[in-house]
Amino acid sequence: MILLVTTAPGGNLPKSARELVTVARQLAGGGPVAAAVIGPESAASQMAEYVPQVYSLSAAELEPARAEAVTAAVQQVAAQAGATTVLMAANRLGQSVAPRVAVRLNAALLEDVIKVSGTAGAYEAVRYSYLSRVTETVRTVGGDATVITVKPNVFPVADAQPGGSVTSVAPQLDATATRVQVGQRSAATGGRVKLEEAGVVVGGGRGFGSAEAFAQVVEPMADALNAGVASTRAVVDAGWRPYAEQVGQTGKSVAPELYIALGISGAVQHLSGMNRSKVIVAINKDADAPIFRIVDYGVVGDVNQVGPALTEAIKAAKGS
Amino acid sequence: MKLITVLKQVPDAEARIRAGSGGVDLDGVTFVIDGMDEYGVEEAIRLREAGNDVEIVALALGPARYEEAIRTALALGADRAIHVETDTDLDPISQARVLAQVVQHEGADMVLVGGKQADWDSAALGPALAEVLGWPHSDWTTKLELAGANVTVEHDTDDGHESLTMPLPAVITTQQGLNEPRYPTLPNIMKAKRKELAKRSLDEFGAGSGLTQIVDQQIQTRERLGKMVEGDPATAAAELVRLLQNEAKVL
Ligand SMILES: Cc1cc2nc3c(=O)[nH]c(=O)nc-3n(C[C@H](O)[C@H](O)[C@H](O)COP(=O)(O)OP(=O)(O)OC[C@H]3O[C@@H](n4cnc5c(N)ncnc54)[C@H](O)[C@@H]3O)c2cc1C
Ligand SMILES: Nc1ncnc2c1ncn2[C@@H]1O[C@H](COP(=O)(O)O)[C@@H](O)[C@H]1O
Repeated sequence: MILLVTTAPGGNLPKSARELVTVARQLAGGGPVAAAVIGPESAASQMAEYVPQVYSLSAAELEPARAEAVTAAVQQVAAQAGATTVLMAANRLGQSVAPRVAVRLNAALLEDVIKVSGTAGAYEAVRYSYLSRVTETVRTVGGDATVITVKPNVFPVADAQPGGSVTSVAPQLDATATRVQVGQRSAATGGRVKLEEAGVVVGGGRGFGSAEAFAQVVEPMADALNAGVASTRAVVDAGWRPYAEQVGQTGKSVAPELYIALGISGAVQHLSGMNRSKVIVAINKDADAPIFRIVDYGVVGDVNQVGPALTEAIKAAKGS
Repeated sequence: MKLITVLKQVPDAEARIRAGSGGVDLDGVTFVIDGMDEYGVEEAIRLREAGNDVEIVALALGPARYEEAIRTALALGADRAIHVETDTDLDPISQARVLAQVVQHEGADMVLVGGKQADWDSAALGPALAEVLGWPHSDWTTKLELAGANVTVEHDTDDGHESLTMPLPAVITTQQGLNEPRYPTLPNIMKAKRKELAKRSLDEFGAGSGLTQIVDQQIQTRERLGKMVEGDPATAAAELVRLLQNEAKVL
């Protein structure tokens, strides 16, 4: 049995959950698929539109999600479902929980995969390594089960196959599973299209010189393109932008149709989060900036001048 | 208290990576201590400098060349080191099972591990190690404070950050933002040569041959057009939009 596990931020299934359905169906090859949904029952019902057997985990101890509590819940559902393959999204939470689940199930772990095939016990997956500079193929060669984390935004979202049933599960969480106390939380301010799900991303770097200049140029351009906003670590460290916008080795990894890099030098750590974008555009005043080595289109110039001009040209083109 | 910092040695981020028929070819590449792990070493030193009675043990599992990274950690301020030497590319889950045995034997209060390793792009070692040890963990930690028998941290989540308080012992995975690592000084590099570096063999730990195997590695390449668009801002912008619409067809 293949079990996919997802949370439901804001009570809704994230896009990554439907991507997991695609992977689960593909691996099941027509066989049974089950899903565990951590969140309100309504989110589990949404999942029942896609997967025949849904386990709903809506305990208060699982919100906000803590690695040990989620691990215990996943272990319990995996046992109940008789699952030997567990799928999670390779987001922060998935990458924190999946290794723990793998240890508990004595499973092999395939991390952050962009392709996966084979059958239980003999999976083969493709993933990136060496700061996304290498594409590697990994095979499972041992373990009683397999835990797979799936890179978001790589697989297509699944079509609905309504008619699944929902089983409520009360997770058995002991004191150990709930010993981590969650204090203050800060979530990103919403409004704009989510960075991970955006088809176009406008990324800004230290080249803007100030938070105000960044906002003045990047935000209108993102609005004109219905794009997500990305930042470099330098910008996040300077306090100009929230961490949730950071792209790179220590941030998010994106692969939109179009990535526009403004005032970004192109450090390897940043590239590792965006170098798989389909088309890359960069504006930088330094003709020798490393970012120009990986662009499709580049403009050598001042972002504070070329940036607004580009926004106007985009608006003009879209208006016509 | 005893702090263990887990180290890996990886190609320098600026190093050019090549692939041969047998996978990534690391011949002639400059290796450094993984940047993510340096934050852990630095944090351990800072905890000592803040007045805590701390012993810092550097722990590494990897080939003989790792010794250089271990010596760097000793030069930075680790008191002694343990190197489990092997040429086997053991997957992170299996590594965690080995390292946990050393940690248990040492009886540490906290283990610091880099948040994501720069060779396998894996973030699994820290959480897996915590699970084998039966300890809580914080991943992607940007702030850490000891509070009696607890540690309070700030860490990054999918959509922001949150603060966590957990009982010690715990595993903390480290990343940029936690601190600004120092450079080793020459006198300390000399002193590090005399610090204890215990060698262990992987065979002592019953590790087996691992749960996954890398069967192929290719350098990721993607043809890029590399077209530079010229002209004053308005002209360049108009031309760029034309290209994005008509040539790249992404607008
Ligand atoms: C372990 C580790 C992890 C890291 N993780 C990440 C990560 O996840 N994401 C990330 O982004 N970085 C990461 N970094 C940092 C990374 O190495 C770079 O320092 C960072 O990406 C640089 O950001 P930047 O391009 O905004 O700034 P800079 O490198 O300072 O570049 C600014 C650019 O703007 C240009 N410029 C200046 N003024 C103008 C102007 N008026 N008009 C046009 N161009 C202008 C300059 O020519 C320059 O190229 C990490 C580093 C380490 C060590
Ligand atoms: N055509 C490309 N498209 C996107 N990223 C690339 C491309 N070529 C190289 N890179 C990235 O640029 C960085 C330096 O590559 P190199 O100079 O080839 O070592 C690495 O992060 C590569 O992944």
